[in-house]
Order: sequence, then structure tokens, then C-alpha cells
Amino acid sequence: MKLTLWTYEGPPHVGAMRVATAMTGLHYVLHAPQGDTYADLLFTMIERRNHRPPVTYTTFQARDLGSDTANLFKTACQNAYERFKPQAMIVGASCTAELIQDDPGGMAEQMGLPCPVIALELPSYQRKENFGADETFFQITRALAKPVEKTAHVSCNLIGPTALGFRHRDDITELTGMLADMGVAVNVCAPYGATPSDIARLGAAHFNVLMYPETGEAACRWMERELDLPFTKTVPIGVGATRDFMAEVASLTGLTPQIDESRLRLPWYSASVDSTYLTGKRVFLFGDGTHVATAARIARDEMGFEVVGMGCYNREMARPIRKLAKEYGVEALITDDYLEVEAAIEALAPEMILGTQMERMIGKRLNIPCAVISAPVHVQDYPARYSPQMGIEGANVIFDTWVHPLVMGLEEHLLHMFRDDFEFNDAAGASHHGGHHTTSTPETRQPETTEESAPGTVIWLDEAERELKKIPFFVRGKARRNTETFAANQGVHEIGIDTLYEAKAHYAR
Amino acid sequence: MTRHDATPPTRGCRDAPVLKQRGQHEVFCGLTGIIWLHRKMQDAFFLVVGSRTCAHLLQSAAGVMIFAEPRFGTAILEETDLAGLADAQVELEREVERLLARRPDIRQLFLVGSCPSEVIKLDLARAAERLTMRHAPKVRVLNYSGSGIETTFTEGEDACLASMVPALPETQDRELMLVGALPDVVEDQARDLLAQMGIDKVSVLPARHADDPVAVGPNTVFALTQPFLGGTHAALERRGARHVPAPLPFGEEGTTAWLAALAQEFGVERARFDAVTDAPRARARRAVKQAAETLTGKSVFFFPDSQLEIPLARFLTRECGMQALEVGTPYLHKAILGPDLDLLAEGPQIAEGQDVDLQLERCRAARPDLTVCGLGLANPLEAEGLTTKWAIELVFTPVHFYEQAGDLAGLFSRPLRRRAALHLEAAE
Repeated sequence: MKLTLWTYEGPPHVGAMRVATAMTGLHYVLHAPQGDTYADLLFTMIERRNHRPPVTYTTFQARDLGSDTANLFKTACQNAYERFKPQAMIVGASCTAELIQDDPGGMAEQMGLPCPVIALELPSYQRKENFGADETFFQITRALAKPVEKTAHVSCNLIGPTALGFRHRDDITELTGMLADMGVAVNVCAPYGATPSDIARLGAAHFNVLMYPETGEAACRWMERELDLPFTKTVPIGVGATRDFMAEVASLTGLTPQIDESRLRLPWYSASVDSTYLTGKRVFLFGDGTHVATAARIARDEMGFEVVGMGCYNREMARPIRKLAKEYGVEALITDDYLEVEAAIEALAPEMILGTQMERMIGKRLNIPCAVISAPVHVQDYPARYSPQMGIEGANVIFDTWVHPLVMGLEEHLLHMFRDDFEFNDAAGASHHGGHHTTSTPETRQPETTEESAPGTVIWLDEAERELKKIPFFVRGKARRNTETFAANQGVHEIGIDTLYEAKAHYAR
Repeated sequence: MTRHDATPPTRGCRDAPVLKQRGQHEVFCGLTGIIWLHRKMQDAFFLVVGSRTCAHLLQSAAGVMIFAEPRFGTAILEETDLAGLADAQVELEREVERLLARRPDIRQLFLVGSCPSEVIKLDLARAAERLTMRHAPKVRVLNYSGSGIETTFTEGEDACLASMVPALPETQDRELMLVGALPDVVEDQARDLLAQMGIDKVSVLPARHADDPVAVGPNTVFALTQPFLGGTHAALERRGARHVPAPLPFGEEGTTAWLAALAQEFGVERARFDAVTDAPRARARRAVKQAAETLTGKSVFFFPDSQLEIPLARFLTRECGMQALEVGTPYLHKAILGPDLDLLAEGPQIAEGQDVDLQLERCRAARPDLTVCGLGLANPLEAEGLTTKWAIELVFTPVHFYEQAGDLAGLFSRPLRRRAALHLEAAE
């Protein structure tokens, strides 16, 4: 038993719903108590879908237990088939139905419905949403995909995008265009927008583009084995990754890599002088493994940030993220407990967080700017405008998204220059955000914690504390931290003005 | 001042035939009530003993992730808990110890049962008893079930309040208890109106703090401010308290009738009653009238959701000039809703329970001007060209009593005004 306040991932049947809702012509019969229908609103409200998810819930109640939950399931299955006439059905149980052991798969099989029925076994008490999506899509693929003749022209499948995904809609458009520029057609995109009959012809492609390992890797591995479809290993988020991805496509197809970089602005924007202020910004990364790994490369190599910490909430990606963290010389944080993430952020005091909506909230509390790079999604993650993460336009979008929460270049100097101006002071924050920072900041809270902590702790003398306040708020946390580290390393127990400036000189870069 | 009491209909809906269908229920479970209950009871923590689905529901139903550490959480059952039940008790106690150590401000802890905990028959009553013995008097630990197999949406609040009743101290005083979690501002308005009539020994269940005095006994009378409190109603009667039946205090008419029932119970003279209510009644009428301009002559269709449907249909038909086509409700407590049913003129189809696909077919055929439904259905119906009102807002927004009557009508008129305001086609 584990106490959870907020969760990064839903249960595995929500992952199955993400696959079912992304597809058309597929229906999901879910053995579940009343109340589990809440999941519909994820799709209709957060993603603003204009159709109900293609899911029938049995919504059994206490009075049905032990009497006829099995019949309830059969009736629901039969009615769902007759009402929706799907090309294929998936059937499974939510956490409660798993406990009553009605075996939806077995029952559905015996009913002899006139369409393929795919049984899902999703262990609700062990696994989570991403696993549920990955496993569901794998089972659908395994049941329906058959060896077929390859398309005459070079083509690929886009694998992994689902409903309720982080920018999946626009990533599909971006990749489809980029691949077309190179002469590669998209045979099937799945699960997003695919029908069961599309799944049957996945094998006609020459290779698979694995867009999101979280939700498509099991199916890609199976197709590699059974349908002779190699798949791409690079996720094209960021400039370097996009170029690597196109090179990978070229080596899989024998085509010449071609990227239309006329729209690409990240490299120049990053090189332009206003971006000098981005140099060495200390960033903390957290999200799903794929988005964190790609963000790390962009942060270090394309924005010139310093990555001070990274982690992911999906345990399936723990190994690659640990390995990557080692390359970046940081400790990987693999957890789905947001309190642990908050503690890590508080301890590292980064200048920026690249995280999920949860970290955005943590950032608000700690007064650290945050840009969102990964699911879990929020209604804000479905902008009306085109805003992919992948490819050329994705790189542009990422540059804007990451820079937006920061205080801009010249403004940084102006804030410093006018720090005592009543309208232009610490509390005013960045001009392009409106509103005021009213929450207590880490630097105002820190003195209490430092006083309480273990022997060897340093004490700030009043004059140094006053001097520290003259430093602009957005670098003050770093200055405090650096000074304390410096003092501790020097064996100094009291910080005076000299210590502050000694430290400043020591860390100058 | 001239009186404007509307006459009751010659035939109400109390004995109208009720359509009962059994199919998919598109409703929340009772855990959802935690979202507003934890705001109301400021020193209470709600610990759901359930699955990842429960945690995900709470997070999603909250709409956005409310930040700050919330006063609710889920103890997620894992494989090991399902294997042996003795373990689960120990594990739960350990999690509670940890929680109370981190949150010393917590005075009341609710262990909330869920579908999985009910199915594996985890004995939360025993856990609550043991934990109370260990943490009394600082923390009182209670338990109730908010599971979807036993409760529908607002029934979670009912189960929560009912669980508090046996623990209330006994009193012999003649007191009025208001039952139902209302926003503080609304609760204060109700107390103020009652005080002006001379009824000032008033307590509220649930109280804002664990130490607020709420007691019950044979001389307690109670009034419900929400229609879904059937279980709490029964629990209070078991403690000897007596219910004052009345229409629910929605709109000017409902509020007046609700107050009048209490005025009669406490022997408030007519003149004093009028002196207290005349001005707010007139205000409420003026406020409702503005929204009613949009609503009058329009038809409304209710999907079952919060059990507020019957009193709201009464309000919309009698005060806003709407025509009710179908009024669906998850459960129909005639003992509580009788006075509202009497005022709701015959005509609409009253439906209890749900088969959502069949009900959607009826709704599409009826083409109502306004459809009141849950969040899962609203956007799909809008996309089909129907105008909708999310039902969940009705339990999150202050809508009771005179000063909110206009806001209540406004919740229904806004979607219609919006549809009329949007012109997205080309000019020609």
C-alpha cells in the first residue's frame, strides 16, 4: 500500500482507452463498476474530443456482485456490437473487475461475435497507463496484422501516437511532411486515426517510425520479428535528433537524406546575441523517459543550458534514463511520487524546470520558471495552433516554449539596474507574464531550514544577507546556494560580504 | 408589499410514472464528493483506500490539479495487499501514522472505501476504530464508502455525513441542524436569515472544524439543504431528530418555501417572516428575471447526475419559464423530494437510473434547447448541435438561497447566450 496524492499515470485500462479512442472502427467493452466512466471526460474535456470514446462500461453495482456480473458483461458486449458495428473489439477489466475474475476475454470469445475480439490482460495492481497503451496496441497488432505485399513506393508506418498524448496530433503532421519531402509515404499511422483494417495492412510498409517508445515499442518489436519491419530508434525531437532521425531513415531506405531547413530557426535564435543570457542556465528535467531524453540533448547542445538533474516517472524507461544521466554527470530520479520530485527540485534549486504540469505547479510554489515538455496532459497542452514537438517546427516551438518563462536578455540587465524602482522590482517579476509573484520564495524560506540543519551549517551575517537582497531575484537563489557551498568547502561558518564576493569570483564563468 | 406566491400546479409529479432502465450509467462514483468536502472541512483529511483508478479519478474530477498538498490522498492497494488481508490492515495503519506525522493540523480522518476495498472486504470500520483508539482525542477517525458499486456521485457526501452522525454528542436542546455541505458564504447567508427570524440555535453538518459544536438528540429538528442526503436523513432519525420536509432552497420560491417550513416549525409570525424575506425575495426575483429572459419558452432535458435534477427542474419551469422534457435522476428519494415533485407540473418524463445509449437516443429525438449532463457527454452533444450545461458545476458553485438565485439561473442561460453570441460562419 502506498499513499499517493497526485499521479503521473492513470491505471492501465486508461492506456487501453487512449488506444481505442485514437482509433476508429474499434470498440472497447470494459468490465468496470459505475464511476469508472469518469475516464470519458479525459478525452472529451482535456483533449476536447467531439465524440464519446468508443467504450462501453458494464457499470456493475454492489447488488450485481455474485449474481450476474458475467451476464451483465455479455449483454453489454452484445449490445455494443449491435449498436456500434465495430470492425473489431477489445475487451478487458478495470481494477475492480479484475478482482471478481469474470474473465471477460473468455466470455467474449464464447459469444461468437461476428468480428475479431481481442482480450486484454492488464494487471491493474502492478502496471500503469503507458504499459496499458503499449500492451493494448501490441495485442491489437498481433491479432490483426498479417504479412502483406510491400507497397511499390517506399513507405513507413508512424507508430505510437494515441489519444490524450502530448502533442501527438501535430507531431504526426510534422513527420508526415518531413518524410514526404524525402520521398517516404506514410502507409498507416497507428493507433492514431487507424481502423482495424489499417492495422491488417501495417506489413505493407518498408519500415516503422517508432514515435513514442512508451506506447508503441512492443508492437514495433513484434513487427520487426514477424513482419520484417525494422524500426527507427531516434525520436526526432530537437535539431540534432531530427537530423539523426533523417539519417537513420536514409540508411533504412537507401534514400538520400533531405531536410528542408528553410523553416528551421532554433540554431540561429540560439546563436543570436540575445540568447547569450541562456548560457549555463541550470535546468532540471522530469517527465516521461522519451521526452526527458530528447529534452536533455536540446537543453545542453542546442540551448546551452546546464542540466543539473533529470528523471522520469515511467519505470519502463528507468534504465535508459539512468544511463543518460550518467553521461550528463547527474543522478537520475526515477519515481512516480511527486513529493520526491519536489524535494529534488528544492534541493537542486535550478533556474528552470522542464517538466510536466505537476512540475509546473511545483515551480509555481518554489517560484522557479517551468516549461512543459511531457504528459500527463492538461487542457493547455492542446493548443488550437499547430505546435508539434518533433521535427523542424517542433524545434522552433520548443525554443519559444522554453524561453518564454525566463526573464529576457536585456530585461535581465534592466531589472538589475532598476532594482530599487518601485514599479520595476523583485516582486514585479518578468514583464511579459503580468501578475506578481506573491508566493514565498525559496530564498526567503531557506534561512530557517539552514539554521535548523546539522552542525557545520553556515550562518548568514546581517550585512551579507542585505547584500544578497541587492542581487536580482532570479539569480539570488543561485548566489545563495553557491555562496553556501563555497563557505562549506572553505570551512567557513559565517558568511559576510567578503565571503559572498569570494564565492562570486570563485564561480565566475 | 404585494405578494406574488405562485400557485402550485393542479397535478404535480409525485405520482407520475417513473421510467427505470438498466444499462450503462454515465456517472461519477461517490469518491468525487471529496473534492468539495475537503474544502468544507478544513481540518479533515480524506484517505481513499483504493486503486490507481481512484487516485486518477480524484485528480481528473478536480478538473485541474489543485496545487498545494491536498487534504485527500489515495492509499493504493498493491498485489501484496490483495494476497493477504491481515497485511492490508497493518499497511493502512502505517500509512496513516506517516500521514498524521506529516500533517499535524489534521483533526478528522476519513478512511474512504472504494470499489476494490469493498470487493476484497477490507474492514475499514475496524481500522477506523483501532486508529481512533490510538489517536484520540486529537484525531477522530471515521470511515465510509464512496465506492462506485454502492454510491453515485453526490451519495458520497451522504455516506460521509451519515458516518459522522453516530459520533455526534447527545443534546436535549431544541436546536435546528442544517444538513449539507454548502460554501461558507451561502451557509452564512442562511444562518443570517434564520437569525433574523429569531432562530439562532443553529448548527451545520458538516461543520467547518472538528471542534465546532454539533450535537443531536430528540429535540433536534433538521432541514436538508441538498436532496441527496437520504442516508444522513435516516441516521439522524435514528438519533431521535426530526426532519422538516420542504422544497429545496433553490430559487426564490424554493428558498421561501424552505424558510417558511422552518418558520412554521419555530412559530415565527407571518409579519416577521415577511419583514425578513421581502427584500431578498424581491432581489432574487429581479436577478432571476434577467436570466429568465433567455430561458423562457426553452426546453430542458436532464441526464441523471447529482440528484439535484428534480428541484432544479422545478426552479427552471416555475421561475424561469422553461419546459422540462425529461428529468433523469440517479435515485428518486420521494420522502425528501415529495415537496419538490408536488410543485413540478406533470408533463416531463421522470427517469430513475440510466441506460445512457437509450437516453441519448431520446435526447437526440427530443432536440431540447438545453441539455444538462455530465462532463463526458457535454462536448460530444455540443458537437451534435445541442446546447449543454455541465451538471458538475451545480455542486461546485454557490447556488442556494436568495442571493444566488440569479447566479443559478445564469448557469443555465449562459450556454444559450453563448450559442446565440457566436457567429463563426462567413458573412454571406
